[in-house]
Amino acid sequence: MDKETRRLKRIKRRYRGEITFRVLSVSAIVLAASFLVFFLTDIIRTGYTAFEQTVIQTELTYDADTVEIPQLAVSEEMGELVSRGFLRLIPQQVEENPKLMNTTQTQWVLAEAEVDQYMKGKPNKLSEEETAFVDNLKKEGKVKLVFNKWFFTNGDSKLPEMAGLLSAVIGTVYVLILTMMFSVPIGVMTAIYLEEFAPDNWFTRIIEVNINNLAAIPSIIFGLLGLAIFINLFGVPRSSALAGGLTLSLMSLPVIIISTRAALSSVPDTIRQAAQGVGASPWQVVWHHILPLSLPGIMTGTIISMAHAIGETAPLLIVGMLAYIPTAPSGVTQAATVLPAQIYTWSGDSLRAYTERTALGIIVLLSVLLLLNAVAVILRNKYERKW
Amino acid sequence: MENNIKMKSDNLNFYYGNFKALKDINLTFPERKVTALIGPSGCGKSTYLRCFNRMNDLIKGIRVEGGIYLDDQEIHDSKLDVVELRRRVGMVFQKPNPFPKTIYENIAYAPRIHGLVSKGSEMDDLVEDSLKKAGLWEEVKDRLKSQATALSGGQQQRLCIARALAMEPEVLLMDEPASALDPIATQKIEELIYELKERLTVIIVTHNMQQAARVSDYTAFFYMGELIEVGDTSTIFTNPTVKKTEDYITGRFG
Repeated sequence: MDKETRRLKRIKRRYRGEITFRVLSVSAIVLAASFLVFFLTDIIRTGYTAFEQTVIQTELTYDADTVEIPQLAVSEEMGELVSRGFLRLIPQQVEENPKLMNTTQTQWVLAEAEVDQYMKGKPNKLSEEETAFVDNLKKEGKVKLVFNKWFFTNGDSKLPEMAGLLSAVIGTVYVLILTMMFSVPIGVMTAIYLEEFAPDNWFTRIIEVNINNLAAIPSIIFGLLGLAIFINLFGVPRSSALAGGLTLSLMSLPVIIISTRAALSSVPDTIRQAAQGVGASPWQVVWHHILPLSLPGIMTGTIISMAHAIGETAPLLIVGMLAYIPTAPSGVTQAATVLPAQIYTWSGDSLRAYTERTALGIIVLLSVLLLLNAVAVILRNKYERKW
Repeated sequence: MENNIKMKSDNLNFYYGNFKALKDINLTFPERKVTALIGPSGCGKSTYLRCFNRMNDLIKGIRVEGGIYLDDQEIHDSKLDVVELRRRVGMVFQKPNPFPKTIYENIAYAPRIHGLVSKGSEMDDLVEDSLKKAGLWEEVKDRLKSQATALSGGQQQRLCIARALAMEPEVLLMDEPASALDPIATQKIEELIYELKERLTVIIVTHNMQQAARVSDYTAFFYMGELIEVGDTSTIFTNPTVKKTEDYITGRFG
C-alpha cells in the first residue's frame, strides 16, 4: 500500500515536471516572437510614412534673377515652405531647357521637411502662421502627399526631404560584387584543396583550426586588418567600394570555406572511388563529379555569407565607408557608402524628418536580406540530394 | 598447359600505418581466367584486390613493399601512369556506385576522359556495345537519357560493370559485386562474369562460398593477412590441403 502511494506520487511529480518544462519552452518562444513582432511593427509604423512625400503647387518664375538667386522664384511666404534643395535645381533646369527662361510655370514642388512632417501629423517646428497657411493651401488642394520616388532616386542629402537611398544602394551593390569576386573563388579553391588534396599533417591542421576560429572573430577586427593592409599598405582609396569589398572578403572567407567544405564532404566517398576507379585524375574527380554535386551547398553558403556582408557595418566604418555621399559613386575607387552605414548616419541625425527615413531604410535592408535568405532556402530545397 | 600470367604479386607486404595487413603474398593470375579471393572479414582480401589498380593510394598512411606486375611491368613504376593503370585494370565496387548522371553519361565518361573514341556515333556505338556486354542493353535502350540512380540495385551494378567495360580493360577487379543484391540479380552478375572471362582476366573478392565455387577457375584463401592456400577451385573446395581452408569452406569459422 505504501509502495503504491509512492508510485502515484512519483508519477504525479513526473507530470508536473513535464508541464513545467513545456510551459517554460512555450513562454520562451512567445517572448521571442513578441519581441520580433514589436520590432517589426515599430519599424513599419515609423517607416511607412516615408513612402509618401509632401508636394506643394506653386508658381515658379524663371528669369535672370532667379537663376542667380533661386529663392526669388517663389513668393516670400512660399519660400519658407518649399524645399530649398529643389529651388537650388532651378539654374540647372534652365540650362537643360532654355525655353523656360523668362516664363512662369505652375508646378508641384517638393515641400520642406517640416511641412511634410506637419502633413503627416508628426511633431514639427512650423510657426502658427505657417500652419495656417498650409491649412489654407490644403483647402485649395494645393498641397498633397505623393509617392516618394525621391527616396529611391536621390542620394544622401543634408535636407531630409531630398535624402534618398540610391547612392547607398549602388555602393552596396559595388561592395557586394567585389566581395563575391574576391571571396568566392579564393574560398572555394581553399576548401577544395583542404578537403580533397591536402595531406593530413600538423600544418594543415593548424590552418583548419585557424579558419574555424576566424569565423568567430569580431568583424571590427577585420576592419582594422583591411585598414592596415589594403589602405595603408596597398594604397587602396579610403572610403571606396574597393576597400570595403576587400575588407568584407576577408570576413566572408572563413564562412565560405567552412560551408564549402561541408558541402564537399557531404558527397559520398563512393562517388570519388567510382571516378578514380575509371581512371579520372584527382582534379577530374573534383571538377567533373564532386564540384557539380556540391554546388547547391556551396551556393547556399555563399548567399548566406553575402547576406552577412550586406548587413555588416563595423568593418566598413573603419575603412571610412560611413561617409556623406550625395551622388552615387560611378566607380569602385570612388568614395561610397552602404545601406547599413546610411541607416546609421540618418539614425544619428537630430532632424526629426530623418527618423522615418531611417525606418524605411531598415525596411529596405530587411527586405533584401529576406529575399537573399529565401533564395538560399529555395536552392537548398530544390537541389538537396539524399544519399 | 599453363595460361599466360596477366598479373602477379611478388612478396607483397602492405601496411596501414604500423599494422601489417598483408604478409608476403606471392600469387599469379592467369589470363582470361576468374580467380576468387576468399577468407573471413578483415583477412586482407579486399586490401589485396585494391593493390592491383592502386586504389589504396588514396588512403593516408599506407605503405607497400614488394612488387605487383601487369604484363611484367611493375605498376608502381614511375613509367606507368596511374590513370593509364586504372584504365587497363577496371574495378567494380561492393555497393553499386553509378554517377548521379544519365545512363549514357555513366558509360561515356571514362572513354571520353581517356580519349578512346570521338563524340557522336562512335561514342553511341561504344555505349551500346558496353551495355550489351553487361547484359543491360535490352532493359535500358529506351531510356539512356534517364538518371542512372533510378535503376534497381542489380541494374545499377551491371551499369557499373558496363562502365568499367567501356574502357576496354584487360583486367577487371570485383569487390564482392553481388553482396548488396538479391538472388536473381546475383545470378545475372554471375552469368555475366562467366561471359566476361572470354575477353578479360577477372579477380573477384567474395564472401559467398557457393559463388566462388560457381564462377571461378582458381581460388585463393586468405587468413589474417596471409595467403593460406591457392589452387584450382575444384581442388580447393573438394580436397584442400590445409586444415584451415577446409574449416573455413565447411563453415566451421569465418
